[in-house]
Parts: sequence; structure tokens; C-alpha cells
Amino acid sequence: MLKIHVDMEKCQHYGQCVFEAPAVFHLNDEDKLEYAATADDSQRDDIQLAIEVCPMQAIKFVE
Amino acid sequence: MVDPVVIVGGAMGGLRTAESLRRSGYSGPIRVFGEEPHAPYNRPPLSKEVLAARVDHAAVAFPQGDATADVEWNLGTRIEHVDLARSVVVDERGDEHPYSGVVVATGLRSRHLDLPAMPTSGVHAVRSLDDAIALREVLTPGTRIVIYGAGFIGCEVAATANKLGAEVIVVGKGPVPLLRPLGAQLASDIQSRQEAHGVKFFMNSRITRVIGGDRVESVLLDNGVEIWCNAFIEAIGSEPNVELLDDNDVDLDDGVRVDQNLRITRADGTPWANAFAVGDVARFPIPRFSDRIRRVEHWNVPTEMARKVGKVLAAQINDAPDLEAETSKAFDPIPSFWSDQFEVSLLAYGLIDEADRVELLEGREGSECVYGYFMGDDLVGVCGVGMRSAVMAYRTKVGR
Ligand SMILES: Cc1cc2nc3c(=O)[nH]c(=O)nc-3n(C[C@H](O)[C@H](O)[C@H](O)COP(=O)(O)OP(=O)(O)OC[C@H]3O[C@@H](n4cnc5c(N)ncnc54)[C@H](O)[C@@H]3O)c2cc1C
Ligand code: SF4
Repeated sequence: MLKIHVDMEKCQHYGQCVFEAPAVFHLNDEDKLEYAATADDSQRDDIQLAIEVCPMQAIKFVE
Repeated sequence: MVDPVVIVGGAMGGLRTAESLRRSGYSGPIRVFGEEPHAPYNRPPLSKEVLAARVDHAAVAFPQGDATADVEWNLGTRIEHVDLARSVVVDERGDEHPYSGVVVATGLRSRHLDLPAMPTSGVHAVRSLDDAIALREVLTPGTRIVIYGAGFIGCEVAATANKLGAEVIVVGKGPVPLLRPLGAQLASDIQSRQEAHGVKFFMNSRITRVIGGDRVESVLLDNGVEIWCNAFIEAIGSEPNVELLDDNDVDLDDGVRVDQNLRITRADGTPWANAFAVGDVARFPIPRFSDRIRRVEHWNVPTEMARKVGKVLAAQINDAPDLEAETSKAFDPIPSFWSDQFEVSLLAYGLIDEADRVELLEGREGSECVYGYFMGDDLVGVCGVGMRSAVMAYRTKVGR
């Protein structure tokens, strides 16, 4: 099981992460980011790509 | 022993290349040479958060995981020359380092004014962390700053400095700021919003002199107007760091020319098998938009390029069967950028500067809206003021 944290102080809701890991991240009706705090191990690569493309560098894995 | 993969440029493009090589199954040595003393860090905050708060490298450094733990970082080391025929790079001390593959990720440097008798202090630029920290010292309430250049960096620094209480004057060559990257409508909308906050613009103007001896005192415009100031910021664009590739059979006209697999090409268009370029320094084809070979200075592009190079180079070194499949897929990214200035938050996809026509697609001008940028009948770019989901829905629709 992977644990994910997004620093919501940093996140500007650009939605770049949504394209890389749609199973984990999405923008809600108000264009605000929502995400699953845990994900299956099979999602590791997609989440890693989301971490790389986040303009605010707001996403990380929690150990 | 096998020669390492050498990456020249220790910033975003370099780091992402190292990560991608590992992710793509290359397990041999990786050696990075970076001229800056700092480990890779994120540049966009330099015109925003880093100017506004006393933060240091740690606040902008890219987090690094296990994948890059065994990468050899040679920071504060400049590479003077890459010899493509002999597969070696030469560092500033004259030492040679052989490579199995080389990736040039040397980015851009700020362009400087070529005027005689420039003052010796008070002149700033914003490209590196050190630049931003030096500039931050002078952005105090009441200081008067002149920014030359009304592109993204100029306009973002203007907004940040204004929020910090500085008096800000932007001098630009065109009729409105951000004309080329955003088109006339959106550009004038942004100018009005900046002006409402107190930023002043002198457009259609050139600076002919920067006056001052050991400190900047004023700038002189071509129409005779003199504007006094405490600090002067050059934001007149940048130039690619290509000199290390001089004296090779390559095309270095405005960036390093690469092919659809991001391999550096010879003058006749054929690629060097084990030499690549990624990021702002590279000039590459983007078939989905146009036949032009061009540079793209958007943040998501170095990462996309690094992913491609990592896959091709790893497959090539490992003699992997998927090399053929990987190289037959042309690199064809969707560039994206964002920009924050006061309450305006822009998000764009595509290549807006290729357009010959702009249309309002959704929303209301001057408020939240989405503009479409067309080349002939093709939608080549979209840019939204707010309206995130609406803009994102166009992402896959840009291109011909
Ligand atoms: C102030 C600022 C704000 C920005 N804001 C945004 C934004 O809001 N949105 C957006 O989309 N994009 C933005 N960008 C653009 C984005 O940051 C760039 O596209 C990105 O940094 C390019 O990365 P790169 O690795 O290709 O090159 P660079 O970041 O330029 O890195 C190149 C590195 O190579 C090193 N180097 C150069 N020559 C040598 C040599 N001979 N030997 C060894 N090392 C060398 C340099 O010192 C540098 O560290 C901004 C850029 C700046 C400067
Ligand atoms: S990419 Fe980053 S800033 Fe954008 S929505 Fe995702 S977490 Fe937020």
C-alpha cells in the first residue's frame, strides 16, 4: 500500500497530476484537487510521474 | 569497465534524465556535471515565492528518491567542450571524461543589454537561485524598480515586487506586454489588471542608456524620457547555452538541433547515435503542431524530453529489443505552462505563438474565460484565465 500526501498550501490546482495518475487525482466540480491518500502498489510509477510534473512540487509519498 | 552516461547540466532536465534512465532499466554509472553549485531546483518560484520570502535552496530543491541515489553529481563544474566524434566531455580544468552516451541539458542564460558604461551594481536578472536571492535584497517597500522586458518573467517579477511594496515600472518593446505568448486580447487584459494594482508600463519603448556609476540611478528611453530608479532588472529574454558543442558537426542555430528521438543531428540532418539534448536548450520538431523545428521554454517540456531520452538511451545501451519500437515513435509532446500574476492564474496547452488568430472559446473577456489560438483552421493552443476543468478538456484537442 502506498501513502500519498499533497501539500494543499502549495497546490494551485493545476491538475497536471490528473493526467499522469487519474486513478489517484482528480479535480472536483469546483476545480479543486481531490486525491486518494492511499493507493495500490501498482500505481507507483504513475504517482511518481505525477510527482515529477506537479508545477508546485506539492506531491510526495509518505514513508 | 563501461563508460558512464554523462549528463551536462544539473537542473531539471538533467535530473529527470537520470531518473528516466533508471526507470527505463539502465543500471550503469551516471555522471552529471552542473555549473551551478546547487542540486537541481525548481525555477518558477524564482520570480514568485523566492522573491517574496526568506527561503533558501531547500524550499525549491527537487526531492530525490532512491532512483538517483547512486548518481555522481559534479556540481560547480562547468563542461567546456563535448567532442562528439571521440565521445568525451572536457571540464573547465581540461580533464577529459569519456562517455557511452551524453545528454546535453544546459538550458538558457539571461540575455544582457549591450550598452556602454553600465553601472557596476543595481543591475539584476532572474534566471538562477543566486540571481533571485540577490534581487530579493533590494525589493523593499518604497524602492523604485525598472524592469526591462514585458514577457512572463518581467510581468511576474513586476507583480511580486508590487505586492512587496516596491514601485514598479515595466519598459517593453511591443505595444502590449506578453503579446507573443498570449495574443492581443489576453495581453491587454493582463496589462489592465497589472495597472489596476499600480504597475506602470512604458510600451513601444527601448532603453538606450542605463545611467549610474557604481549604482543605477536612472534609465533613458529612446523617446527621451528618463526614469529614475534604485534597481534595474533585465528581463529581455534568454539565449541557449550551446557553446560547449562548438567545433562539432552540429546545427547550433538558436539551440541544439535534435531529431524526433532527441538525438543531436549533424548539419546534414543525420543523428549522432549516442548524443542527445533535452530541455530549453534543444530545438526539436513537434509534428502535431507544425513543421517548424523550434525551442519551447515551458516547464513540462524538459521532463517529457527526459522521459523519451531515458527510454531510448537505456534501450540502446542494454541492446534491448524494444529500441526499435521506442525510436519509431516520434517525440510529440503537448507543451503546457502556467503563470500567476496578481489574481490572474493562467493555464495553457499547446503552442500559442504559432497561431495567426485568437478566438474566445468560453467565458467572458476580462473575467474567467478560455481563449483558443488557431493556425488556419487548426487549434494550436488554448489558454484559460481560471476555468481549470474547461481548459483541461481542450488538452488533447490541440494540434493539427
Ligand atoms: C524565473 C523563471 C520563472 C519561470 N516560470 C515558469 C512558469 O511559471 N511556467 C513555466 O512553464 N515555465 C517557467 N519557467 C521555465 C522553466 O523553468 C524552464 O523551462 C526550465 O527551467 C528548463 O529546464 P532545463 O533543465 O532545460 O534548463 P535550465 O533550468 O536552464 O538548467 C540548465 C543548467 O545547466 C547548467 N549549465 C549550463 N551550461 C553548462 C555547462 N557548460 N556545463 C555544466 N553545466 C552547465 C546551468 O548552470 C543550469 O543549471 C521559468 C523560468 C525562470 C528562469
Ligand atoms: S499537479 Fe500539483 S499543483 Fe496541480 S493539482 Fe496536482 S498537486 Fe495540485
